[in-house]
Amino acid sequence: MNKPVWVKMRHCWELYLMVLLPVVYLIIFKYTPMFGVLIAFKQYNVIDGILGSPWVGFQHFEAFFRSPNFWLLIKNTLGISFYSLLAGFPIPILLALALNEVRSRLFKRTVQMVTYAPHFISTVVMVSIIILMLTPHVGVVERLFQLLGLPTTNFMGEPGLFKSIYVWSGVWQEMGYASIIYMAALASVDPALYEAARIDGASRLKKMIHIDFPALIPISVILLILNLGSVMSVGFEKIYLMQNPLNISTSEVISTYVYKVGLLNANFSFSTAVGLFNSVVNLILLVSVNFVARRISENSLW
Amino acid sequence: MRTNRIREPFGDRVFLAGIYLLLTIITLIVLYPLLYIVSSSLSSPRAVVSGSVWLFPVELSFKAYERIFHSTQLMLGYYNSIVYTFFGTLINVTFTVLMAFPLAQRHFYGRNFFMILMMITVFFSGGLIPTYLLVKNLHMLDTRWALWLPGAMSVFQVIVARTFFQTSIPSELQDAAKIDGCGDTGYLVRIVLPLSKPILAVMSLMYAVGHWNAYFDALIYLRSEHLFPLQYVLRNILILNSTDPEMLANTHQQLRDQGFEQVLKYALIVVASIPVLLVYPFVQKHFVKGVMIGSLKG
Repeated sequence: MNKPVWVKMRHCWELYLMVLLPVVYLIIFKYTPMFGVLIAFKQYNVIDGILGSPWVGFQHFEAFFRSPNFWLLIKNTLGISFYSLLAGFPIPILLALALNEVRSRLFKRTVQMVTYAPHFISTVVMVSIIILMLTPHVGVVERLFQLLGLPTTNFMGEPGLFKSIYVWSGVWQEMGYASIIYMAALASVDPALYEAARIDGASRLKKMIHIDFPALIPISVILLILNLGSVMSVGFEKIYLMQNPLNISTSEVISTYVYKVGLLNANFSFSTAVGLFNSVVNLILLVSVNFVARRISENSLW
Repeated sequence: MRTNRIREPFGDRVFLAGIYLLLTIITLIVLYPLLYIVSSSLSSPRAVVSGSVWLFPVELSFKAYERIFHSTQLMLGYYNSIVYTFFGTLINVTFTVLMAFPLAQRHFYGRNFFMILMMITVFFSGGLIPTYLLVKNLHMLDTRWALWLPGAMSVFQVIVARTFFQTSIPSELQDAAKIDGCGDTGYLVRIVLPLSKPILAVMSLMYAVGHWNAYFDALIYLRSEHLFPLQYVLRNILILNSTDPEMLANTHQQLRDQGFEQVLKYALIVVASIPVLLVYPFVQKHFVKGVMIGSLKG
């Protein structure tokens, strides 16, 4: 076992050859941009490049913290995140628990097939569906509301409704697919537990509460940590497409702001500073949530 | 058979009925918008605008689809998307296997180093602007490479594949292969890959769907119209409302007013989503495997 290093390395030269391509990829496309983050502390200009541009310290960060947009962006980003989490986190768990009770294979497969499908719809198409359905006068939602005697409005133009539209369309799209992981956890429950519960006269509801639900806790905690670790990064793609001048006051989040300031206004350094602030906060959140979870539940990422 | 079965208690039967009812409602809620879109795309503009479409097509018409298949812009987008998806997925799967396989080998000296090298990129990243500047400096702006290379490998997929190689392929196979004079490359190509078809299928589907549905990279990296993928073209038509004049040409002004654009949009949604929705049921049975393996620690 205690062979010299070069013998061990010679033994797996083929593996080094394989790993070469991915490693070059990681260095070029992942590590070089990390180094490019330096421009957050510089006044970047194209002529001098990343290294040559003059240092400005924390000027861009200060400018961002002081800007009137700062609190609005934080409020919108966190508001959308927590709303998504509150609605989007429990529903897949409930769906998995319910599906687990179903004995008819055909019924189960049909429900799964249908509820997974929207996951594969692209963001562009998803947002188009939302807009088409909510179009004033012709959209199906307005007609449904009228049928039920509910008040209607220009849904996409109402700042107060933006979060709800974003979150519930997300639930519609992802609940089925998100339940897969919980279904898998339920499939690995020891059948002896059910038999024991049955002999003791437990009802289906009791079995669900005392056997199925505890089986889901470890995986739920891990997913919750991951979700909480990214509350500051709301996906850019969907929000950006859903934005319009009428709802911008509630729909502007950090990622869309970074894009607009950085690439549309070519304010590279400022935008990178905002992005860096965002990822630092995310990392701190992830580490601290993981720490708390390890303390109270013995389930953690590391 | 029936007589031997113990009847479930009344409470349980009510509970079960409630669950079936709930699941039926959820399924209908998911299904209805999808059906509505397909039906609207097959209805006449007048029926769509007047709001008489509820569930089934009214005044069946295929005009919107005809127009779509006659639009050069859209067909070019379709072609571009196929190119991006096919070669993009090929690159993705190659890189992922090349990274995951060595990481799964116990005799790979420096395994932890490479693992850490990869995991760091999960927690730290340069962000949008530095990545954009890199692509620019590599002169890949406005080329197909900008859509293939920056996202050539997903760490999540590497971990899924590595865990599969480690747990689902017995190490005795490797010992046997070695005795027969098979090196690491031969072992990967002749034994591991043929045994990994399910995981490769799920991986390919995930990557392919990602490429097919992506618009963001095109938004930031591409400028030339002949390179635009379908999703980007769709975004311009569906969300920014810049309709391809070619599609509306030769349409009566009256028809246009009656909302031919609306029908066209519904049809576009169907045309763009069909390829993915047709493929996914075939791979669906492997999903659980793909998801579950990835969630294992270590």
